[in-house]
Amino acid sequence: MAAQALRPDPVSGRRRLSLGWLATLPFFAYVIAFLFVPAVSVMVGAFQDKANHATFFNVHELLQHPYIDAYWGSLRISLITAVAGALFGMLVAYAAVRDGTPRWIRSVLTTFSGVAANFGGIPLAFAFIATLGPLGLVTTWFRNGGYDLSVRWPQFQLFSERGVELAYIYFQLPLMVLVIAPALDGLKREWREAASNLGAKGWQFWRYVGIPVLMPSFLGAFILLFGNAFAAYATAYSLNQGQNIVPILIGNYYTGNVLDNPHLAQALAFGMFAVLAVMMLLYIPLQRRAARWAK
Amino acid sequence: MAPSAFVWLLLAAAYFLVPLYATLEFSLKENKVGTPCCTLSNYSWVIHNGDFWHTIKISFLLAIETIVISLLLFVPTMYLVHLKLPRLRPVIAFMALVPFVVPPIVMVVGLLRTFRGTPHWFYGEPWGFLAAAYVILAFPYMFFSLDAGFRSIDVQTLTEASQSLGAKWPTTLFRVILPNIRSAALAASFLTLAIVLGEFTIANLAAFHTFPIFLQYVNESQGFPAGALTLLSFLITWGAMLSLLVVGRKRGARGAAIAGAR
Amino acid sequence: MSYLELQDLHRNFGTVKALNGINISLGEGEFLSMLGPSGCGKTTALRLVAGFDRPDEGRIVVNGKDVTGVAPNKRDMGMVFQAYSLFPNMNARQNVEFGLKIRGKHKGDGRGRVDDLLELVGLSHAVDRYPHQLSGGMQQRVALARALAIEPRVLLLDEPLSALDAKVRVQLREEIRRIQLELGITTLYVTHDQEEALAISDHVAVMYGGVIEQMGTPAEMYTAPATAFVAEFIGTMNRLDSKVLNGETGEVEHAGLHLRVDAARGRRNGERVLVLIRPESLELEAATNGTQPNSFAGEVLTQTFLGPVTRLKVSGSGTSLIADMSTARAAALPVGSSVVAKIPSEGAKLISLPDDGPGLPVLDPDDQ
Repeated sequence: MAAQALRPDPVSGRRRLSLGWLATLPFFAYVIAFLFVPAVSVMVGAFQDKANHATFFNVHELLQHPYIDAYWGSLRISLITAVAGALFGMLVAYAAVRDGTPRWIRSVLTTFSGVAANFGGIPLAFAFIATLGPLGLVTTWFRNGGYDLSVRWPQFQLFSERGVELAYIYFQLPLMVLVIAPALDGLKREWREAASNLGAKGWQFWRYVGIPVLMPSFLGAFILLFGNAFAAYATAYSLNQGQNIVPILIGNYYTGNVLDNPHLAQALAFGMFAVLAVMMLLYIPLQRRAARWAK
Repeated sequence: MAPSAFVWLLLAAAYFLVPLYATLEFSLKENKVGTPCCTLSNYSWVIHNGDFWHTIKISFLLAIETIVISLLLFVPTMYLVHLKLPRLRPVIAFMALVPFVVPPIVMVVGLLRTFRGTPHWFYGEPWGFLAAAYVILAFPYMFFSLDAGFRSIDVQTLTEASQSLGAKWPTTLFRVILPNIRSAALAASFLTLAIVLGEFTIANLAAFHTFPIFLQYVNESQGFPAGALTLLSFLITWGAMLSLLVVGRKRGARGAAIAGAR
Repeated sequence: MSYLELQDLHRNFGTVKALNGINISLGEGEFLSMLGPSGCGKTTALRLVAGFDRPDEGRIVVNGKDVTGVAPNKRDMGMVFQAYSLFPNMNARQNVEFGLKIRGKHKGDGRGRVDDLLELVGLSHAVDRYPHQLSGGMQQRVALARALAIEPRVLLLDEPLSALDAKVRVQLREEIRRIQLELGITTLYVTHDQEEALAISDHVAVMYGGVIEQMGTPAEMYTAPATAFVAEFIGTMNRLDSKVLNGETGEVEHAGLHLRVDAARGRRNGERVLVLIRPESLELEAATNGTQPNSFAGEVLTQTFLGPVTRLKVSGSGTSLIADMSTARAAALPVGSSVVAKIPSEGAKLISLPDDGPGLPVLDPDDQ
């Protein structure tokens, strides 16, 4: 009897099928209630004032200091850590998967990357304070060697933008490794050999075949890294990043530090959403291209 | 091994291991500046700290609540989609990408606004508000993992075979389908565990007292014990990921393995 | 004068002797197939010639020059791989053009050459298509055109048809041979399909366990196998484990049956030999009352319809034989009928067997 539910009933076919649809209702209801409605409410709130009238004031405010600076800061940090994470992650991943490297190195790297990609936020911030902070391990090594880091390289303070970027790499690089390793596996050895057989040197293979084939996956991974850094909050918070990035600004409203206008916080959030939406629009066609060539 | 490969791997190893070692060293120092190594007093401080146990218990329970709700919500849905409603799959796949565009920092703003008027047992308790949010955070990872799991078994055939042998729906679901996607579900669960134990953004902005919040408080107030706490936190994450790997070795459990607080 | 020579090649992987002294000599424009089951070393040998691997001992000589130490991208050889070798980010034309582009010759004359080659392999209509838009057979045609575009001195093919459908395989192998003859290019071909090797090669080298069991023309391999392995591997063969009774008359004894085999003349008495008879050389007739010389009586056990030919399995006198005959004639000898199989004394071949040896090599059916 239950088996009949699988075959569409010719008479009440529609009724039978809708039973299935109905059973997915809890799922859709939940996601709508806790994801879509809040998301829409942010967008709506961004365009309202305290009296709940429609206005562009808050969104317009985003273009003023210090808000626009925060956006630039966020974009800078995201771009730099995405580029660095993508490039170095690719080099490390390639080093691990290429012929000649023992198998176990790849396993260890993948395992560790899985852990490190999740080791963001508060614990990561502390680990970096313990390394590069005023009493940090590396800072102390340099000082014992006669080299005071914070004097020689004032730029390089852990609690500066560069420092935050260095900390972000800790989860950006492993994320890249995890995402790009399958794509590197997809580089068939036959391509390398065929290219060599046809007269190509190593760099010619990479230029004409290797890099073009990897490019969609690489760019997709880059976007993933960008979004990851852009949305990051906890690490920056723990490294006392003042008002340099947007998530901190948003957070300040709720933790009672600055900002008294909730709609401004919503406008800031809306701005973030807009940037990420653009990223997503770039990501989808890239994924499709990468999948096509992976055959 | 190619020399350039060796160099890159060595540099990577140094970059990743040094901060961990620094944390370990910090954690073994007396809670006063300038004393030499080594002491377990920081670890002792953690173990004897009431707040530590209180918050880690909350976070663990939250994680379990999140996992249970997620599985109850997503497993039947994914089963139905793979069995009868294949056209829904791209829709759900698209929805699973939305959290990329609406990250926790944006989501919490919306959540706080939308649910402000709701009763205290939801809005004021972690078991309500936070769990609800965390289920959404877990959603993409649950989707990718369960999707891979369901795709690796022939849902149609298994269900039809079970029913042709006389089983009713609950039997089919619990005794035929669930055991076969067990490793995918377990993998997703461990990932969710890691996410919830590390989630700071939403908890901070919504003023809940979870383990990561406690971690940050200790960071700000007590330098050296923070080292012990950080290392413990790292070990817990590591434990969750290792479990994921062990469980994920079976087919169909390979989903995205990237989550956690940033 | 040989154009391509493999001189005493040895290659070990750990304790496994993949190649144990391979010697091959090809004249210019010749087509030689290395034939054998998986693991016999044929692909290893090809990869040594291509330069993707270095031999532990031995040399590879092309047109008098030793290329053993030369990098693969400088050997001027064209290779066609089994599958997946087309660059996915380039269309057919760009793939074929690649070797010329590396040499800076893809403009002007080069372009014409690419078009000619694509026409030669029958793909003028698909030049702009990408590999994922091409069928397996078409991909291999592009791969062939690509390898030929650089005007290589030697053409190497590593089981190029193994991944394709049966019908496409037959079609494409004819075309490969046609093109090879037209261009007159020295070719080394690796395959595990003996029908393929026999159909298109000038010479065949059967390999097993890292050594060449026999090398010769397809006809030689078929009618005069030199070892038990070759006899087993090429075509179907009746094998009778026999003992020489009389070296002067050529009489041998197999399972109680006395047969006269011309090839046994000159052998010493008591020698253990393998008598090889091709199924098509057995003459089968319905049994009559009298006995016939050099024959054995039996019953038709099975009939297998193979199209124009039907294969009959005949069992009797403690032994069983396979006989092939035209389907029309086989109709007269249904299953169960008593028959007489006449063994042609000239048509049988002989191979020596070690006196107390294990006998015939056991071949893994999966290897063929």
